[in-house]
Amino acid sequence: MIPSNYKNVLLLLLLLLSAGSIFIAAATGSVTLDWHQWLSAMRDSASPHGELVWRLRLPRAMAAWAVGSMLAMSGCLMQVLLRNPLADPYVLGVSGGAAFATLLGMGFGLAAPFLPWLALLGALLSILIVFGLARGRGPWSGTRLLLTGVVTASGWAALISLVLSLSPDNSLRGMLFWLMGDLSYASLPLWALLVLVCVFVVIVGLARSLNVLAMGETTARLLGEPTQRLLWIVYLLASVLTATAVSIAGSVGFVGLIVPHLMRLIVGSDHRILIPAATLFGGLFLVLSDTLARTLLSPQQLPVGVITAMLGVPLFLLLLNRARLQGG
Amino acid sequence: MTSLACQELHVSIAGISVCERLQLEFSPGQCWGLLGPNGIGKTTLLRCLAGLSAPQTGRVLLAGEEMEKLPRRTVARLLGMLQQHTVYVFDASVLETALTGRHPHLGYWEREGALDKQKARAALEAVDLGGFESRSVTGLSGGEARRLAFAAMLVQEPDILLLDEPTNHLDMRHQLRIMRQVEKQVGGTGRCAIAALHDVNLAARFCSHVLMLFGAGEWRAGPCRDLLNRENLGRLYQCDVDAIETATGPRFYPG
Repeated sequence: MIPSNYKNVLLLLLLLLSAGSIFIAAATGSVTLDWHQWLSAMRDSASPHGELVWRLRLPRAMAAWAVGSMLAMSGCLMQVLLRNPLADPYVLGVSGGAAFATLLGMGFGLAAPFLPWLALLGALLSILIVFGLARGRGPWSGTRLLLTGVVTASGWAALISLVLSLSPDNSLRGMLFWLMGDLSYASLPLWALLVLVCVFVVIVGLARSLNVLAMGETTARLLGEPTQRLLWIVYLLASVLTATAVSIAGSVGFVGLIVPHLMRLIVGSDHRILIPAATLFGGLFLVLSDTLARTLLSPQQLPVGVITAMLGVPLFLLLLNRARLQGG
Repeated sequence: MTSLACQELHVSIAGISVCERLQLEFSPGQCWGLLGPNGIGKTTLLRCLAGLSAPQTGRVLLAGEEMEKLPRRTVARLLGMLQQHTVYVFDASVLETALTGRHPHLGYWEREGALDKQKARAALEAVDLGGFESRSVTGLSGGEARRLAFAAMLVQEPDILLLDEPTNHLDMRHQLRIMRQVEKQVGGTGRCAIAALHDVNLAARFCSHVLMLFGAGEWRAGPCRDLLNRENLGRLYQCDVDAIETATGPRFYPG
């Protein structure tokens, strides 16, 4: 953990790095721009380079940044909600619902612009199902939410397998890319940006309550939190973030797990710092991953989910190992 | 200062009655020992007194108001509870954790100020955790975690302190240290403490009153000098109890 005086400096650094990552993403690719070309492209959006930067690379980089930050934020929330540092945004089935709806749409040959809306619809449906079933009649319980969510998620997985096995070969490739998380056709719609900003403000406002909630539901109540209400707010905000992210880029894995975990190691568990740090780093991480996905085997483009998993799995095992060594 | 009262309180758990028609007022300046054998419902009663669970019938009044109708935040400013088990899942520093006691006193966007930090440091000092401020909570021993949880409750500054086996995991020195803190809170500032205890002699040494739970809803409450004797304790714990007289009152041991 770093001393608290440096935490604001770290946030500033992450902000600058985020801007830097978007610059790199806009400059690299099939045509790599040098500093002068980039500057003139920025000034003149009608030039060929300007067209490339403004219409293709910047929207994609912005979408990547937003998706990464939303997944990281959602991961932070899920981990508090389930009181488990290893929970991720997909554990309660939100992405499963989105995936099923989207693949069904692809199977029926629906046009690409409609697919994000289908994904959003599927995600919201899944949220409602889990919300309704877990709430039941009794009081709220984290275990019940977890079980309901996990079972719903495996239900979606079964339906996804069904759709995949029934789909014609020519649409399978697109479906698999979507399932792995792919930013090839992504852009950042205004409403998604609004979701990101609004939820961020609300969560940072709730950060001290999240700190207390992380210590357990009873402790939180004893410290004055109306926990039933707070838990549902956290669940809904996390789900809306995940649904939005998934509707833009499919289910990109590992960002929501790795980023909060990594930031926790660096800044500690105070959500007043953790949430902004994870949000910035999540965006940065996904922009760089997507740039790698575009350039690593170019002209072949990889789904970004492959990169996040290839970076995420070793990183995670390393962290786990380190934690075990520290724990004795 | 605030008082906590039970009116015709009936508490039960899993069909077993903990107390029936409990009529009692816990007043400022009193330190209550809650005594009874394992599994008799001491924790259940404390949870009910903290407003964490509802009684079967009857009411709990905090500062004259019905507990269930008070917002949690208001309750948390008046009443704090040390739970029986303290498990820290997420990594945080000892000072940060002690500062969570300020939570009910701070507004939505408000941050802890210098005064809050001073209170947290003083509380850590009081439980012998001075110098632990930047240590991680996940690396604490059972006894240290226990003392930290107690310190966080001191930082909360409640008038009513509910303590579920406060001396769990603690060595003799720290048992005394914690109980002296409780004594200081009650004597010095006119607060009221209710502590579930297994060590009858800690109750004899530090409490002014005891509430005994015998099972099947039966209870007795009153000043220690009236209730703490061989007959009552023998009946309470279903075993022979002997007593010796010391300079600070009677002490009890298995006969």
